[in-house]
Amino acid sequence: MCTYQTELLEVVGSGKGPQQWMRFTDASVYVDHPVHAMAGHTLNIDLRDPAQGPSARVAIELHPQAARALAEAIIRSLASVPPEVLAEH
Amino acid sequence: MICETVMFDGHGGDPIEGYAARSLDAAPRGGVVVIHHMPGYDRGTKEITRRFGAEGYNAVCPNLYWREAPGAAPDDAAAAARAAGGVPDERLVGDVKGAMAYLNGLPNSNGTTATIGFCSGGRQSWLANGSLPLTAAIVCYGAFIIGDTPEGLPPRPSLGHLAASMSGPLLGLWGNDDTFPPPADVDTLEQLLKDAGKAYEFHRYDGAGHAFFAVDRASYRPEAAVDGWEKVLTFLAAQLGS
Repeated sequence: MCTYQTELLEVVGSGKGPQQWMRFTDASVYVDHPVHAMAGHTLNIDLRDPAQGPSARVAIELHPQAARALAEAIIRSLASVPPEVLAEH
Repeated sequence: MICETVMFDGHGGDPIEGYAARSLDAAPRGGVVVIHHMPGYDRGTKEITRRFGAEGYNAVCPNLYWREAPGAAPDDAAAAARAAGGVPDERLVGDVKGAMAYLNGLPNSNGTTATIGFCSGGRQSWLANGSLPLTAAIVCYGAFIIGDTPEGLPPRPSLGHLAASMSGPLLGLWGNDDTFPPPADVDTLEQLLKDAGKAYEFHRYDGAGHAFFAVDRASYRPEAAVDGWEKVLTFLAAQLGS
């Protein structure tokens, strides 16, 4: 099914697409049909810079277990460094 | 047959893009509006549009995300449209109306037009047939036509009341293993059409779930898809007269 559900958030950071590095200002997170991954539904993340147009996007499609593992790894990584390191930003 | 990108006026007079596959033969024929699914105006949907062209119909798929992302790759356009909140029902109706006008304006049009939609496009095909003077409509596993959307999902307006205003006969193709829509919702839709005295034809496939027509997905079920295509073409031949 097409879920229609989308989490939208503002983000600060950069990523690399097929051509070059780009800054991100926005992210969309949702579970829906993937474009490329071979699964019925995937956890999809669009990291975007809408000011640069719809093509300014890095897209990720992850199987649900992989998405959870990645999310947990992100949280563990953030928790493993001294708070003052994160406070620099 | 020629396949080309065309422009026509959609909802509110906005120019939108469409992908057309139409016959160069002068003999009159019906038109098919192909409503793309939520992932967008993609390669698979254009292939479906070409198939209708190859079968002798004039077909067009409106790019429902043209306003958000003109000229963008279909997947980027779908992401931009999703972030902007998706396609409002009123706009969909206006865009399908524009696609109908494009088809009916072709010199070899016989004045008949049908819609076909898959997944979210199935819901929109039902919506169009309840809102516009279509000759017929085809709904392939349209989710959230009726019933409550699951907790956590944004509610979609229930369209059950449109059963009473269906313009043309409706062909529905459903997978019995689908959870959105579940078989119970398909039963309800059938009852709504029956109660309204509307012409319809439903086919339900065992061993098939959502998106069983999608040839490049794990959900593809060749037996259901091949039979489903036969049902679609038989239905269109009867309704559109070509």
